Amino acid sequence: MDLGQIDPILLLASLMVAATPILLAATGEMVVEKSGVLNLGVEGMMITGAVVGFAVAVNSGSPAAGFVAAALAGAGLALLFGLITQVLKSNQVATGLGLTLFGLGLSSLIGKPYEGIKAPSLGKLDIPLLADIPVLGPILFRHDPMVYISLLIVLGVWAGLKYTRAGLVLRAVGENHTAAHALGYKVIRVRLAAILFGGAMAGMGGAYLSLVRVPTWVEGMTAGAGWIALAIVVFASWRAGRVLLGAYLFGGVSVLQLNLQAAGAAIPVEYLSMSPYLVTILVLVVISLRGKHGAPGSLGRVFHATT
Amino acid sequence: MNLFKTLAVGAALAAGLAGTATAQDTTKVGFIYVGPIGDGGWTYEHNKARLAVEEHFGDAVETVYQESVPEGADAERAITQMALSGADLIFTTSFGFMDATVAVAEKFPDVKFEHATGYKTADNLAVYSARFYEGRAVQGTIAGHLTDSNIVGYIASYPIPEVIRGINSAYIHAKKVNPDVEFKIIWAYTWFDPAKEADAAKALIEQGADVILQHTDSTAPQAAAAEAGNVYTFGQASDMSEYAPMPRVSSIIDDWAPYYIERVQAVIDGTWETADTWDGIGPGMVGIGEISDAVPAEVKAEALALKDAIASGEYHPFTGPLNKQDGSAWLAEGETADDGTLLGMDFYVEGIEGEIPN
Repeated sequence: MDLGQIDPILLLASLMVAATPILLAATGEMVVEKSGVLNLGVEGMMITGAVVGFAVAVNSGSPAAGFVAAALAGAGLALLFGLITQVLKSNQVATGLGLTLFGLGLSSLIGKPYEGIKAPSLGKLDIPLLADIPVLGPILFRHDPMVYISLLIVLGVWAGLKYTRAGLVLRAVGENHTAAHALGYKVIRVRLAAILFGGAMAGMGGAYLSLVRVPTWVEGMTAGAGWIALAIVVFASWRAGRVLLGAYLFGGVSVLQLNLQAAGAAIPVEYLSMSPYLVTILVLVVISLRGKHGAPGSLGRVFHATT
Repeated sequence: MNLFKTLAVGAALAAGLAGTATAQDTTKVGFIYVGPIGDGGWTYEHNKARLAVEEHFGDAVETVYQESVPEGADAERAITQMALSGADLIFTTSFGFMDATVAVAEKFPDVKFEHATGYKTADNLAVYSARFYEGRAVQGTIAGHLTDSNIVGYIASYPIPEVIRGINSAYIHAKKVNPDVEFKIIWAYTWFDPAKEADAAKALIEQGADVILQHTDSTAPQAAAAEAGNVYTFGQASDMSEYAPMPRVSSIIDDWAPYYIERVQAVIDGTWETADTWDGIGPGMVGIGEISDAVPAEVKAEALALKDAIASGEYHPFTGPLNKQDGSAWLAEGETADDGTLLGMDFYVEGIEGEIPN
C-alpha cells in the first residue's frame, strides 16, 4: 500500500465534481418536499435533463445553453407531475415513480442519435489570484462555473427558506396546508412553483453528469443518482446545509474509495464499496439525533381545498 | 365500471388467444439484458446480435427483450415473466443471472435457456461464453508497449473468474513486452454506472496511469480519458470506434450473432441440446477492433501476429512458466492452462499487487 500516491489536492477537487449532480438534484427535491410534495421522479427528471442538456450543448456548441435547456426540460417533466398530482389530485408516490419510468424511456428515445458523441467542454473558471493560492487554489478555485452556481443555489435556498416571506409561506404550506389555505395562501400555486424549481434543479444535475462529470451521453447514465438525492434529503432532515454536507460526503467518499483501491489500500474492497452509503447515512443520522427535525407535516398528502 | 371490466377481460382474452395463435408458427426468443441496449458496450452487442437473429429469420422468429434487469431476485421475476409469455428460447446475458436462470429453467422444462458466461447447465439450460482473455492478451501486449509511466489502470467489475482471467491475461502479456509494468486495479462492483466508471478512470489517471483497460460496459472511461488527454484506452465488448484513434487504440468485440442464429435454428429444427460453448478469436466470437494509427507500426504488427497465433491455436495465452501471485508454481515451462482451472480462476498471477476481493 502506498497512500502517498493519492494526491489530496486532486482528490478534494474531484470530490466537488462528483458531488455536484446529487447536490443540485437534492436541493431541488428538498424545496419540493418542504412545500409538502413528495416527487419520486427525480431520477426521471435528471436523466431527461442529462439527454436534453447534452443534445442542446452538442447542437449549439454551448454548454451554458445545454444547462438552460436541461433546466427547462426537467421543469417541463415536473410540470406534468404537478398537473397530475396537484390539479388532478393523483397519488404522489405512484405518479413520481411513473415519472421516473417515463423519463428513462423518453431519454433513451431522445438520446439515440447522440450516443458516442463528445460533449463541448464547459471549461474551467480559473478565478484570478484566488486560483494561484497554493493548495486551496486548485481545490476550491479552479472548477467549472456550475460548481459555484450550485453552491450559490444552496446558499440561496437556505437563506430564502429561512429569512424571506416566500420561504415562510412555502414552509407553512408544507407543514399544514389546511391552515395555510385558511390564511389565504394559494397552496396549489406555491406547490406548483416548488415542483417546477425541483424539476429544473434535477434537470441541471443530470446535465452536469452528461456535460461535465462523464462527459458523454450514455443511456441510463444516472444509474440511481436520483434515488441517492432523495435519500440524502431525508437523512439531511430537510435542511439545506445538511443536504450540502450529505452530497459532498457521498461524492467525497465515492471518489476516495476508488482512489484507495487504486493505491492498493489494505481495506477489503467490499467495505470500500459500501462506504459512501454507510458514511453518509451514519454522519447525517448522528447529526439529526440532536433536536427534532421531522418531515414537513403535510408531506405527500393530497390537498383538497375546503371552502 | 362493469363495462370497463368486460372490455378489459375481453381484451385480455383476445391477447391471450392471439398469443397462442402466433406461438404455433413463430418461434419466440427472449433476451434478458443487464444494462440498457444503448450502453455502447456489452448489452449493445447482445442486442445487435438479437437484431441479426430477427433479420436472419424474418417472420419465422419473434424476439422480445427486457433491458436493465438487476442481478438478483428481480432477475428471476423477469425471466419467469418471459417464460410465461410464451418464449421458446431465452438468453440471459449476464453472469449474475446464473442462479435465477437455473431456478426458472427448473420450473419450465419445455422452455430452452441459454446463460452467458456461467457454468451451471441442465437438460434445458445451456451455457455459452467467449474467450475474452484471448483478446486481453493482444490488449496487454499493446498496453505494455504504449505506457510511458509503466502504470496501467484496470477498471474491473465483479471479482468473478471471467474478470480475473482478463486481468491475468492482460498483465502477463504487458509484462512480457515491458518488465517494469505495474497494474492498478479498481473494483467498481457494477457492470454499468457511467459516473462511477468515469470517476474510476479519473482516479487511475490521477495516480499516474496512462493506459486504462476496462471490464465495465459503458463508454464513460473512454470519455474521461479523452478529457484527460494522452491516455490510451481500449473498446470493451463493442468497438467503441467513436473514440478512435485516440484515446481508443483498439478493442475487444463480442460477436454473438452467429451463435444466436445457430441456436435459434436448432430450436426451430427441434435439435437443440444443452451445451457448453466457449469460443475465442479462432471461431470469430471474439474480435479485435482495428488498431488505430496512435499505435506504432511495429507494435501493431506484433499484436496482430499474436492474434493470429491465438486464432490458429498455435499459442495459448496462459502458457507456462507461470507462477501464482503467492509465488507457488502454476504452470511448468510450455504447459498450458486447462479450461477447468480457467473457468474457476480465483487467483492473480505472480507480479500483480493487491488482493482479489472475496
